[in-house]
Amino acid sequence: MVDWIVLWDGYAWPGIIIVAQVLLIVVPLLLAVAYLTYAERKVIAAMQLRKGPNVVGYFGLMQPIADAVKLLFKETILPAGANKVVFIMAPMLVFILGLVGWAVIPFDEGWVLADINVGILYLFAISSLGVYGVLMAGWASNSKYPFLGALRAAAQMVSYEVSMGFVIITVLIVVGSLNLTDIVLAQKDLWFVVPLLPMFVVFFISTLAETNRSPFDLAEGESEIVAGFFLEYSSFTFALFFMGEYANMILMSAMTTILFLGGWLPIIDVAPFNWIPGIVWFAGKVALVLFCFLWVRATFPRYRYDQLMRLGWKVFLPLSLFWVVLTAGVVVAFDLVPRN
Amino acid sequence: MIIQALAFYLFAAITVASGVMVISARNPVHSVLFLILAFFNAAGLFVLMGAEFLAMILIVVYVGAVAVLFLFVVMMLDINFTELRQGFLQYLPIGALVGIILLVELIAVVGAWVVAPEAGLATSLPIPPPDQVTNTQALGEVLYTKYIYLFQTAGLVLLVAMIGAIVLTLRQREGVRRQNIGEQVSREATVEVKNVPSGSGI
Repeated sequence: MVDWIVLWDGYAWPGIIIVAQVLLIVVPLLLAVAYLTYAERKVIAAMQLRKGPNVVGYFGLMQPIADAVKLLFKETILPAGANKVVFIMAPMLVFILGLVGWAVIPFDEGWVLADINVGILYLFAISSLGVYGVLMAGWASNSKYPFLGALRAAAQMVSYEVSMGFVIITVLIVVGSLNLTDIVLAQKDLWFVVPLLPMFVVFFISTLAETNRSPFDLAEGESEIVAGFFLEYSSFTFALFFMGEYANMILMSAMTTILFLGGWLPIIDVAPFNWIPGIVWFAGKVALVLFCFLWVRATFPRYRYDQLMRLGWKVFLPLSLFWVVLTAGVVVAFDLVPRN
Repeated sequence: MIIQALAFYLFAAITVASGVMVISARNPVHSVLFLILAFFNAAGLFVLMGAEFLAMILIVVYVGAVAVLFLFVVMMLDINFTELRQGFLQYLPIGALVGIILLVELIAVVGAWVVAPEAGLATSLPIPPPDQVTNTQALGEVLYTKYIYLFQTAGLVLLVAMIGAIVLTLRQREGVRRQNIGEQVSREATVEVKNVPSGSGI
């Protein structure tokens, strides 16, 4: 006999709670993605002395909704020479990978869907998978420019992942744990951006390259390879790429916040600052990093491909490797080895 | 436990099925994609065993780096599929031999486990109990103390392989103009910095 109470208490009820928690993360995330595109257009417009979207709704606030509806009702075109299954799977993969990383992000103390021991490794693994969506899209399109874009993206993302890994190792040496909550709590007295400032800079630039954002957006490179890997995509498959890219940007900003900017912790733990709830601090810091993403896009011209590779392998890799050794040396020499 | 059992059978079935697809898929790119799916589900099996560190490293190293380069190379190959099929019978004996050797080895390993269940304990002695330390720490404590020389040797072997690959492929070409960024930036009187009042543009 099946014990219904055990089945309900043990499986069904926790299942319902988990689904509710997932929705609680995903729905605000999708809204954030929609308004990040709006923010991007507004910020860049302001920096270029334009107005930006200002027609749909007050201050153009309904513009992302209108864009989404437009994309949703357009026709999805499958190129005749495309490899259909892989072609359809690629945008879904990009979008899914932009969402699943959020499972381990702590928004406040204890506000985390899955508080796993190897949280930072999980995030690193998810971010390294992003390249598959691009590669699959470029190959399945069976067209020249998407293929060139995909090859560029693959080499670029693999290169910058290496220095990102070393930056993460530097933080891990100081913290002594791979759990994201532990990493944030270790910054209670001092955010890691202060002692590890060069690593913060390397990490931020690597996240730009990892998310294929300007000035490293060679995978799209509209002035040379039309639109790169998503050239053949239309309507909602295109929208999925777009949403995946922006969700990934927010995820990377959250990762930067957790590793270097003290997650949900206030600037200093005194009266007016610690009245503000942790989630507000977290969102504020993520927004700050995202603003830097947009600021960079409005400011810098695109890198040339050989310069991009040079920066990744000849500048960031030695620098981050040196900092790993230096940090480990300092931690051992001054007996700061974290114990837990 | 029902969920764990279901998850195990799901992951295991997909791993085996995608393993079969790796060798039977007509298109080599599909083969690599199935290989990635197999890696993924193997990582899922590791998580079910409580080896979360190994699961994540499997994804970071194999899926995130090795398989990307695999896919990279396979995508650029210009393969004639009918020609590829013709060599099948010719290579069948070698393939069968490798398969049989692997099978015998697997039987030997599993057989030892059945005949002497306590034999596994002898090899797993240095590992601290999993309920007291996280398995990242447990692995580190064993790897960097008891097996430090083997670990360093493995590192040296990889270093030699890396140097070998560079020596084999590096060639100095004549007449290549390289950019020296330091020189370029330190040039005088070519770049002028202007102070533009904010909000008005140039």
